[in-house]
Amino acid sequence: MRTDFAFVGVMLVTAALLMGVTLIAASLLRPKKPSKAKLETYECGMQTVGDTWVQFRVQYYVIALVFVLFDIEAILLFPIAVAFNSLTFFAVANVILFIVVLLIALLYAWRKGALDWE
Amino acid sequence: MDLINDLLKIIGDFIAGIINSIFGFSPFLADLVTMGLAAVMLCTFAALSFMGLTYVERKVVARIQDRVGPNQAGPFGLLQPIADGIKMFTKEDTTPATADRWVYNLAPLVIAVFALTTYAVLPFAPGVVGTNLNVGVFYIIAMGSGSIVAIIMAGWGSNNKYALLGAFRTVAQLVGYEVPMLLNVLPVVMITGSLSLVDIINQQTTLNGNPGIPFIVFFPFSALVFLISGIAETGRSPFDLLEAESEIVAGFHVEYSGMKFALFFLGEYVNALAVAFVFSTLFLGGYAGPVLPPYIWLMLKAAVVFFIFMWLRGTLPRVRVDQMHNLNWKFFVPVSIVHLVVVMALMKLFVTSPALAQANGGVLVTPGAQAAILFVASLLILIGSLAVVARRARILRLQEAAVLEQRRAENIAAVSA
Repeated sequence: MRTDFAFVGVMLVTAALLMGVTLIAASLLRPKKPSKAKLETYECGMQTVGDTWVQFRVQYYVIALVFVLFDIEAILLFPIAVAFNSLTFFAVANVILFIVVLLIALLYAWRKGALDWE
Repeated sequence: MDLINDLLKIIGDFIAGIINSIFGFSPFLADLVTMGLAAVMLCTFAALSFMGLTYVERKVVARIQDRVGPNQAGPFGLLQPIADGIKMFTKEDTTPATADRWVYNLAPLVIAVFALTTYAVLPFAPGVVGTNLNVGVFYIIAMGSGSIVAIIMAGWGSNNKYALLGAFRTVAQLVGYEVPMLLNVLPVVMITGSLSLVDIINQQTTLNGNPGIPFIVFFPFSALVFLISGIAETGRSPFDLLEAESEIVAGFHVEYSGMKFALFFLGEYVNALAVAFVFSTLFLGGYAGPVLPPYIWLMLKAAVVFFIFMWLRGTLPRVRVDQMHNLNWKFFVPVSIVHLVVVMALMKLFVTSPALAQANGGVLVTPGAQAAILFVASLLILIGSLAVVARRARILRLQEAAVLEQRRAENIAAVSA
């Protein structure tokens, strides 16, 4: 069990090492001739105007909220799915009730225009 | 042990035996070296398949679009990936003066590492798997989300408005499509009773009295939605809004060049291939199949799935942002939830094992009959939801046409007045 997850750690380290070596090798091989014009932000060929941290539309925030709701729902359902065969009718009915409540929540968000993009 | 069928396992055991005899004095060190070697092999496999896939994809898309594709480097352009690699290695790589250097330079590393790490749990043949995690499916989806972190890092670190806008819309897309993906893995997990990919494949073979039917037959709706969400998750065409060159230049990687750009590209391809592998494992039976050796079966299935990706890329135009969000939140998520509820109810009503039928009640059916029931239910949901969407789309189209007609009439009236 512990060795199972040890491989994930080894894989992370190995992948990071391999990719890191690739990046370092490339940085040794490539030419380096930076100039002021080259290091400018690539936006429109002219001096960029204003701050980069622009305001973003609030829609992203709403989508993220709805996402968190349903991601957590799905994650809560995974243990239930693993134990599904040993659940009784009553337990499954409760789970279905839970899912239906969230479906109603989604329909409410839809009705309120939280899912509209425009 | 059959030499052809268990080739990968025999080679693996052979190498592990050599390592064990060398590091006989310390079992810990032997384990570590074995795992390290396996990790290097998996990473190499992923990186090499990335090189091959760039060539194959360019050739296939070229054929679809009635072009020749790469044909200059080597016979049939076969050396094209190597030429690209050399170019990427020796290309000058600039970091914008205003960029956040640490975040900017780490982002390609993060995306490539998360993409490669996905391969740790993919089973290639019986007994040939990096590690058979008991939360395999979960692990893959978690690692798939890692690329979101890298993309927001790249978009933020570049200090470029296009990059930031691209990162915003990419993150909105990737997190959104994770929900239908998770919801459609659930039926598979329910019928298997395990999150381990090896268990899921065994459930689709004739082992332990299972019917030997791949899960795409049980849940055609889930398979379709998983495939489309997988394409959206990896940001491939027609969901390549993250690099819509007509709107935001190249999206979050507009400032990257040279090897860093190559790593973004690698991350994208390796993720797409991982989705193809996971789809074959979850819905097409993974390495299970008659006559041919198991690893060949897995490669064939993944190749077919990846060909579908390329085919879609060659034929479909890019979707708009609002279309992308509507498809996810107004079609995939609600219908997936309905599908999940129906599957849950049906699987409790029609059980396959006598012990469960006695304990919880329900009708006892054979596994084949259960598959047939679930297939019909899933297909009905698929067709029904598509019919509803088609009707709604027609109504919207008619409304749009009416609005256009009205505007034209107004314009004509204005001009003539």
